[in-house]
Amino acid sequence: MQFYRNLTLRRKQIAWAWAFLAVPVLFYTVIRFYPTGNAVLISFQDWNLLGARTWTGLDNYVRLWNDPEFWTVFVNTFQYLLIGTPVSLVLAFVIAYHLDKLRFAHSFLRMLYFLPFMTSAVAMAWVWRWFYQPVPIGLFNNLLASVGIPQVEFLNSVENALPSVLAPAIWAGLGFQVIIFMAGLRAIPQTYYEAARIDGVGWWTVLTEITIPLLRPTIVFIVVFSSIGFLRIFDHVYNMTTNNPGGPLNSTEPLVLMIYQTAFTSFDIGYAAAQTVVLFTILLMVSLLQLWILRADR
Amino acid sequence: MITRTTALAALAALGLGTTAQAQVEIEYWQYFFDARVEAMEQLIEAFEAENPDITVTMTHFPYADYRTKVAAAIPAGEGPDVVQLFYGWLNDYIEAGLIQPLPADVFPAEKIDEEYFPMVQAMKEDGQYWALPTAVRSLALFYNERLMEEAGVESPPETLEEMMAAAQAMTKRDGAGNLTQVGMTAGMTAQDHHWWREGLVRQMGGEPYLDDYRTVNYDSEAGREALEFYTSLFTGDDAVTAIGFMDEPQAAFTAGRAGMHIDGSFRIGSLEGTRGLEWGVTELPATADGTRSNYSSYWVNAITTKAEGEKYDAAVKFMDYITSDEAMQVWLDVVGELPAKPSVGMTDENANDEVFGPFIRGLEYAHTTKFADESAQRQLMVEMIERITLQGMDPAESLAIAAEAEQKILDDYYAD
Repeated sequence: MQFYRNLTLRRKQIAWAWAFLAVPVLFYTVIRFYPTGNAVLISFQDWNLLGARTWTGLDNYVRLWNDPEFWTVFVNTFQYLLIGTPVSLVLAFVIAYHLDKLRFAHSFLRMLYFLPFMTSAVAMAWVWRWFYQPVPIGLFNNLLASVGIPQVEFLNSVENALPSVLAPAIWAGLGFQVIIFMAGLRAIPQTYYEAARIDGVGWWTVLTEITIPLLRPTIVFIVVFSSIGFLRIFDHVYNMTTNNPGGPLNSTEPLVLMIYQTAFTSFDIGYAAAQTVVLFTILLMVSLLQLWILRADR
Repeated sequence: MITRTTALAALAALGLGTTAQAQVEIEYWQYFFDARVEAMEQLIEAFEAENPDITVTMTHFPYADYRTKVAAAIPAGEGPDVVQLFYGWLNDYIEAGLIQPLPADVFPAEKIDEEYFPMVQAMKEDGQYWALPTAVRSLALFYNERLMEEAGVESPPETLEEMMAAAQAMTKRDGAGNLTQVGMTAGMTAQDHHWWREGLVRQMGGEPYLDDYRTVNYDSEAGREALEFYTSLFTGDDAVTAIGFMDEPQAAFTAGRAGMHIDGSFRIGSLEGTRGLEWGVTELPATADGTRSNYSSYWVNAITTKAEGEKYDAAVKFMDYITSDEAMQVWLDVVGELPAKPSVGMTDENANDEVFGPFIRGLEYAHTTKFADESAQRQLMVEMIERITLQGMDPAESLAIAAEAEQKILDDYYAD
């Protein structure tokens, strides 16, 4: 106590700041950093969760490199990213742009767009899974059949399955992106638009010369945020293909699902940890790349 | 748990306990399935009445977490004294030193060999039994009585040919040729991969595995024949089913949109509660020359290495009780799983039971696959079919790919 009394006011403040900071620091160390470090460690080991861990050096990584399933999954993961991010970005922008101009039932519509974001991904995935079923229970195929169009195999097809799984995932994330875009649109000072109007500029020029350039920070945020989301896609895929996870023929399997399967159905923890390290590296690189692009433009 | 044990011990020490002997508490773990938990509660109650100095606490988890939790708890000294395991996990548990062999004086190997159905011998290693089931399960053919009647099928099919004819009769299509009702369900994700491996392949004269399930042997004439038969169910213009019809096979059958469905005895409970469904069950169909084959699996109970001293003695007593004839009958009545001893299962009453009979009779010619990684091995069967249906691959080629991939899983597993 004596020691504390002798501190200057400034030092006391620092001591208190650290006292409060200690909680999150401790939390992060125990909940984040320790397991992360441990995962890296396990990726060099062979472990089935029951027995002893044995060192295997780079075996898990070599095996991963030579595993054709990994490369399929790798391509799938980037398909989710490269289709999902641009499609959701464009859709969200178009909706936000028009919603922003709309006064009638504005809040209600905004709520409708936001609703899927708040819905449990599991429930949504199952509802969509049933939508996609063939006749007699699938909504989409029943509609097609009722007007005499041949059925479409949505989930039971190597080509269609991935886009079919991706669609509800995009839809689910849309509400959030719309809200962020609208906040970005509102943040653009009206004076620019007034000046443009006085100059008699067309809407296209306003859009491409004022709105989009000034939305750049918003766009970068959404791109980074949704990229990470699509790279980590799991719950939609897993719930829409539970009986045959990532199927058919691995055509919908993303990296996170492969990790889950390796770890918790095959109990090959070391191999799963190696996959996790690879995913971590990909996420890190993609995020850094996107942040770098943001900075270069500034 | 600790507080309760100490409280009981304190009671006993004060002379307030029912016996002079201290109370022993042992823990039992199983996965959560309503009927199984209820049956075990009844068994524990009866056991405690017989052994007032032993308390058994049951803990259960959702199936999805079960294996992980057991694996994490026992090494930490937190887990159960008696644990329920899938038969296919036994090797891993023995190797990891998580369970101990059953004492030979209470569970003599010769007696078990003699009394239990032969597939239980998979639980024996180095002349000792490591675990024992209370109940076993097998497959049978469920059929929808209303659809059979409507289609004019007079009696449940006895042979594969009759099954195909019945399925044809019960299949319905709409004007565009889309299936609206299937003659029977199909899908390797459910029980069909067992039916194919241990049923069809053997019925066509093959032997699916050699060397105690370490060598894949179904890439053979019999294997190709079995696969051809299986794919004929859902390919061609006269297909009687479609993979993924109504999402899941059991869903189609429960909804009354499928005439027949192959499933395990554990399905009985959920079908019994389905309103408006009138169903019956018969043995898996035989080939024309009368050959039958079935698949059987089971969950076993084992004593963990955590149980020592008086807890070990109590665990042995408990194991002895839950593998008794009495316990097996309770398990059959409550859960619908079949007794592991022919002496209990083959009583006239059980073997001629309308519902349990076909399953119990099936046990006599059932085989138990020794899996290295059941879900991975099932996945190969799923993909074998997908290559044929989605990519138009020749069945023989697809079969060869599956056999090679499965051999690799087995080789990796038995490598050490």
